[in-house]
Amino acid sequence: MEKVLDVENVSISFMQYTKGLNQRDLQVISDLTLDISEGEILAVLGSSGSGKSLLAHAIFGILPENANQMGKIKYKGKELSQADKEELRGKDIVLVPQSVNFLDPLMKISDQAIGHTETDEEKKEKKLKQREIFQQYNLGPEVDEMYPYQLSGGMARRVLVSTALLSEPKLVVADEPTPGLDEKTVQETLNHFKQMKKDGIGVLLITHDIHAALEVADRIGIFYSGYVIEIAENKDFSGDGENLLHPYTKALYKALPKNGFELIKGHQPLHGEIQQGCPYYDRCEMKFDRCKDERPELIDLGNKKVRCFKYEEEA
Amino acid sequence: MELKATDVSFKYPSAKEYLLKDVNIELDNNKIMGLIGDSGSGKSTLCKILSSYITNYEGSVSFDGNPLPKKGFKPIQLIYQHPEKVMNPKWRMSQVLKESWDVTDEDLEEFGIQKSWLNRFPQELSGGELQRFSVLRSLNPNTKFLIADEMTTMLDAITQVQILDSVLKVVKKRKMGFLLVSHDMDLVDTICDDKIYFKDINGV
Ligand SMILES: Nc1ncnc2c1ncn2[C@@H]1O[C@H](COP(=O)(O)OP(=O)(O)OP(=O)(O)O)[C@@H](O)[C@H]1O
Ligand code: SF4
Ligand SMILES: [Mg+2]
Repeated sequence: MEKVLDVENVSISFMQYTKGLNQRDLQVISDLTLDISEGEILAVLGSSGSGKSLLAHAIFGILPENANQMGKIKYKGKELSQADKEELRGKDIVLVPQSVNFLDPLMKISDQAIGHTETDEEKKEKKLKQREIFQQYNLGPEVDEMYPYQLSGGMARRVLVSTALLSEPKLVVADEPTPGLDEKTVQETLNHFKQMKKDGIGVLLITHDIHAALEVADRIGIFYSGYVIEIAENKDFSGDGENLLHPYTKALYKALPKNGFELIKGHQPLHGEIQQGCPYYDRCEMKFDRCKDERPELIDLGNKKVRCFKYEEEA
Repeated sequence: MELKATDVSFKYPSAKEYLLKDVNIELDNNKIMGLIGDSGSGKSTLCKILSSYITNYEGSVSFDGNPLPKKGFKPIQLIYQHPEKVMNPKWRMSQVLKESWDVTDEDLEEFGIQKSWLNRFPQELSGGELQRFSVLRSLNPNTKFLIADEMTTMLDAITQVQILDSVLKVVKKRKMGFLLVSHDMDLVDTICDDKIYFKDINGV
């Protein structure tokens, strides 16, 4: 299967004014590395503030002005420049936004799904296609004429998904598509992602909902404090979590209400704190001497990856 | 302490049909309650009525036998799922907090808020970081009852345990009432003493 997305050693920092004209560079993402193939769903889980949304913004080239990004983002093996991103977004690469607020409240649903067109002919063509895809998602012709406030939560979500699919994308990035939805609507949304997978689309699913991630994803990437600390296989999230590798991933698994709701103390390192060693050092229960000053790299273990010295020999 | 809604009905001005019909619910500070229901079914609207963010409803809501105050501080505080929607984007976080009450350094620490975040604007924080602020902001010393509407849905599992642990500590210490609205049955079963299904109390 061809790779659709490669994220290689991406880091992001923000230029911040402190006092007067003093500037400092605040690093918030240090090393994100992941990849997605055609027809693969990679879910990204991680602590709040670990950089999940910023990664999505970096892929679409919509980081704020004062952000500085390093590392590579590749689409089908080719590194993307800002101009490439602007060219591809909304076409080959699409975002399923989290919030229904992305819909324009003053515009009819069908018009905003079709978007800007140059000629009447183009408009007709797109309209036909829009109707076809909407129908697949169980949105009848009456929906075309509606305004956003007339949609229920579930319908709005179907509109967002089918609108994203109108351009026949190769890569779909969904940022938190399920929070606050009831079980039935979550299930429906997940089925949409399964369908995309069948159609050969690569999906990056950013979510806090481990259950949702496990239901559809092939692999799960775990973010912590601006690093990818583990890429696990779906089946590793079972039993007592004994097949999970990184201590943070294990803790995350055990914090789920049905796996014990275990409280662990501490938080990720503060921004701007210069960390030399492992980002998880402060909270780690099995740390070694070298973990304090040496930073572990992401170790490749075949299908899995982990950033922890404990697994160095196994590689 | 008792928060009680009697025969509450409500319809949004633009809608044809009633969203809430003859809803009755009684809550107190002896039990932590969970409210479960489908999305779009009107749970959040009921929460807004119970906390006096919506006032043009039919029926009545009383707190310890008295109607809710129409002006001034709201003793029943609501924590939303999307904190960014209710924060002034032009205010720094220190101002956002200060508008409600003077929090101490210990409070910041307990809720995992870094001091450097106080100088930022809401859009410069992640969803989970913002939610810590909105929770702490709602814990004004005059708050008597807390309604958490999908409060931890935007958080990772570890942060969810941490924030709920901190909130419940305060709730128990100050003997406040607490209603958790969630779609996550595992969570409701873990935290709450009892649960209410929204469809059982809404007569639409
Ligand atoms: N404009 C900005 N200036 C400075 N720091 C920022 C800015 N935007 C985001 N950050 C910081 O970057 C970090 C990563 O943010 P991001 O929104 O990607 O987190 P996230 O993983 O999506 O978190 P959540 O799960 O809470 O949504 C956060 O700690 C945030 O405070
Ligand atoms: S590298 Fe060391 S500190 Fe980091 S997770 Fe592994 S054992 Fe713990
Ligand atoms: Mg986010």
